[in-house]
Amino acid sequence: MKLGSLHVALAATLSVLTAQAGAAGDQVVIGDIDDLSGVYADAQGQGGIEAINMAIADFGGTVLGKKIVLLTADHQNKPDIGATKFREWADQNGLNMLIGGSNTGVNIAMSKVASAKKVPLIVIGAGGASLTGADCTPYSIHYVYDTTSLANGTASTIVKGGGKSWFFITADYAFGTQLQDSATKVVLASGGKVLGSVRVPLGATDFSSFLLQAQSSGAQVLGLANAGTDFSNSLKGANEFGITKTMKPAALLAFISDIHSLTLQTAQGLYLTTGWYWDLNEETRAFGKRLFAKMQREPTMDHAGAYSATLQYLKAVKAAGTTDSDKVMAELKKAKLNDMFVKNGYIRADGLMVHTMYVMQVKTPAESKYPWDYYKVIRVMPGEEAYGSQPDPACSLVKP
Amino acid sequence: MAGSTDIRARAAVYVVLGILALTAPLLGVYPVFLMKLVCYAMFACAFNLLLGYTKMLSFGHAAYFGSAGYITGWLVAVHGWGTIEGILAGVAASLLLGFLIGAIAVRRQGIYFAMITLALAQLVFFICLQADFTGGENGLQGIPRGSIFGLIGLGRDDTMYYFVLAVFTAVYVFVQRIVRSPFGHVLQAIRENEPRAVSLGYKVARYKLLAFVLSAGISGLAGSLKALTLGFATLSDVNQGTSGEVILMTLLGGSGTFLGPVVGASVVVTLQEYLSDHVGAWVSVIIGAIFVVCVMIFRRGFVGEIAWLFARSGSRLRRTPE
Amino acid sequence: MATVLGVPLPAILGQLTLGLVNGSFYALLSLGLAVIFGLLGIVNFAHGAFYMLGAFAAYIGLQAFGVNYWFALILAPLAVGLLGVLIERLFLRHLYRLDPLYGLLLTFGIALIAEGIMRDRFGASGKSYPVPESLRGVFDLGFMVLPIYRAWVVAASLGVCGMTWFLIERTRLGAMLRAATENARLVQAFGINVPLLVMGTYGGGVALAALAGVLAAPVVQVSPLMGSSLVIVVFAVVVIGGMGSIVGAIVSGLSLGLIEGLTKVIYPEASNIVVFIIMAVVLMWRPAGLFGREH
Repeated sequence: MKLGSLHVALAATLSVLTAQAGAAGDQVVIGDIDDLSGVYADAQGQGGIEAINMAIADFGGTVLGKKIVLLTADHQNKPDIGATKFREWADQNGLNMLIGGSNTGVNIAMSKVASAKKVPLIVIGAGGASLTGADCTPYSIHYVYDTTSLANGTASTIVKGGGKSWFFITADYAFGTQLQDSATKVVLASGGKVLGSVRVPLGATDFSSFLLQAQSSGAQVLGLANAGTDFSNSLKGANEFGITKTMKPAALLAFISDIHSLTLQTAQGLYLTTGWYWDLNEETRAFGKRLFAKMQREPTMDHAGAYSATLQYLKAVKAAGTTDSDKVMAELKKAKLNDMFVKNGYIRADGLMVHTMYVMQVKTPAESKYPWDYYKVIRVMPGEEAYGSQPDPACSLVKP
Repeated sequence: MAGSTDIRARAAVYVVLGILALTAPLLGVYPVFLMKLVCYAMFACAFNLLLGYTKMLSFGHAAYFGSAGYITGWLVAVHGWGTIEGILAGVAASLLLGFLIGAIAVRRQGIYFAMITLALAQLVFFICLQADFTGGENGLQGIPRGSIFGLIGLGRDDTMYYFVLAVFTAVYVFVQRIVRSPFGHVLQAIRENEPRAVSLGYKVARYKLLAFVLSAGISGLAGSLKALTLGFATLSDVNQGTSGEVILMTLLGGSGTFLGPVVGASVVVTLQEYLSDHVGAWVSVIIGAIFVVCVMIFRRGFVGEIAWLFARSGSRLRRTPE
Repeated sequence: MATVLGVPLPAILGQLTLGLVNGSFYALLSLGLAVIFGLLGIVNFAHGAFYMLGAFAAYIGLQAFGVNYWFALILAPLAVGLLGVLIERLFLRHLYRLDPLYGLLLTFGIALIAEGIMRDRFGASGKSYPVPESLRGVFDLGFMVLPIYRAWVVAASLGVCGMTWFLIERTRLGAMLRAATENARLVQAFGINVPLLVMGTYGGGVALAALAGVLAAPVVQVSPLMGSSLVIVVFAVVVIGGMGSIVGAIVSGLSLGLIEGLTKVIYPEASNIVVFIIMAVVLMWRPAGLFGREH
């Protein structure tokens, strides 16, 4: 993707130059810090940047008479890079809002900066529920999905289907551990048990020894508490070593990009939970078509979420009549959110955007009738069911 | 008089640098960037003590830099320690680590020494990865700057900058004093001809170990300050990339000179800051290319070359380093 | 089910088998390093980068030119070996008269360049390389299912290690090489082109790394970062075996793979660091390594 990275580099240069030329004041500066080249690059990445640009263009390119500018950076899955870039943009470039990309660890670090610099952070790609729990801040919004809803969707479906004993293969950082915790809660609450778990460094490519450990535990379900290429590599490994013959894999987080790279042959039958799917209705299909024209791939829920979050932020700025963070956050938290991504969504006291989630099952090759026809809807979970009816008590913003 | 123009030239350089350093934040340069630069300059000076004056190439110096950052960060953020106490604890930790690793590594020389430091630093990296208190991949976040004994708050970027600058100046002078002391002269003698030093009766291993421990401690001081400045300590601080960077800074600036590491650190940190936005992965390529160029044709580094040119153009310098 | 130390036997055997596969990689890689160090005195920090380039050569060969795995096994090491020869000729050659640390630093820089270029082109995450048709499928060993490809890796690595050992210890060419290390001038006086020999040796060691890369491609996904963490473990293995010793490299590579596998099942937290701990212990007790002589 050399052209892609060159394109991004050029765009970044141009945007940094123009942003610096008019830091604060006559521009509204939106940022996107994401994994653009690593394990999670396909979930959001370049497609996310395209989606944000589409939202800016659809909104008209200006708000309150000021030009809207987008800055982008690759955090390379390193919390220090993400936090430093965010702080720099807030200090030097008049950043008004940041879209948070994948990787919960990086987003936790960035949420600290959001709080210190009072700049809204709308987290799209990362999943850790602690972002609206112990790590919540008055300026963070968690928009697309989180580990709680993933567990309530996928884990509960599998346990109810008979998968009572679990062994987890977990990505060894905030996201993996939180996903394992959420799924464990669901498993135990449904009368199942967890026979063991193993932590794997982010980005590992050979899962064979961890898979063998899983197999020797004798568990019925192989809980994959990881995502992106970690997920596809561990699933491929499980197939290679014949583990899928004796254990049922649980794809606790999977994007349509992962299913595409795994192919239906390998991925068929998997349950997964998602906040959006391109083939749900006319609106979603229209968006899918627009992004497909640019990316030659159908959008993931992150792409749709990035579009929606940007649009809703700009609407809130217009409604508030200012880019002042406190006023805009107040607007966002009292709004009813409606667009092609979300219907009647709202933002809770802890910053979580409560919206409908879908439990899907991956179709068999025979069931799939056209390109990217990958999912069938198993269950529609209203927001309160997916995320819980109460804000997270671990969040300091939530009054008991 | 031999060297008097040279002394005046050096003084002039220091005065100019001092003025630049003191006024930079007022001129609009981003203080956080400056602090990062100063911390790395300190790290490079510490490293130079080993490479330039004792000719020991440690390939895992990030272990001391990063672990001090973690210890300081953990004590200050999680246990509410005061800033100064936290820094002292970080330095103590890196001194201890330097002693433990140095004791094993110093028994061998040259390539073997480098490999041992590399492997043991990797051990430290993995321990940091696994340990709970470091936060592993997530890093240790939210480290508060605190204050100097409750009197002067360090929350503001420019106040913190002057504090860091003051510590750096003290360290710089300290390193000069070490090198010019009898201890420093013995180190240089060991560098020039180790068997000779042994035959003269010096307990070479002890000298080398002491140099190693001092270098580790100062690296730790730099790491603690960096963790406080940026508010976090992560695995990047103990990884092999950082170890490589400090070698590059010292080499590029000129090992065996005092200002060399400072110049080298400034160049590398600035390059990374302004390139990474625009060229992404090419930063690695550029750093690698600089390494190759330095090793092939630029072995004396910036300051080394300048000093050499000065020496050639008439003023009668003795051929020992500054 | 039988247990050893409280761990079920099938689990131990499974991890040992995987450990043997990893050990074969360690052996092959440390062999290349040991050859280069033993015969040339160069610590080749770029070894991991050449391993990575070998894997990429196979990947690019397949994607862009349809070169299949079996051809890649020959062509990739050749191509990367040629690159190694070029690097020796243009850069390393000029550093022999200097402190060996400069050679280390140069190869370090080369590794950074290679990784940076590949990372820019291909991103940081791994690319899939398919297992060749004829090696698909599994052996059912009872205690685990072992993909045939992994068994092939063990066989191929051991075969290449054996052939290299034979070449160096038992042939005339090997004898010339060993003599040239002892006394280059004398050997040159006999009319043997020592610089050519040196160049060829470096190229050969690099080619071994590239071969390991091709073997690894279907197992670990081809990624620009695949060499950098591996190379440090390999250094530790070489130090344990004895820096100039061919036999030492092979034996320690295999043993350490097995020990790592065992650690994964008995005390998993220590599995990344067990190699380094062993290295520290060996260095305290036998500084020249298990099979080494003072260089």
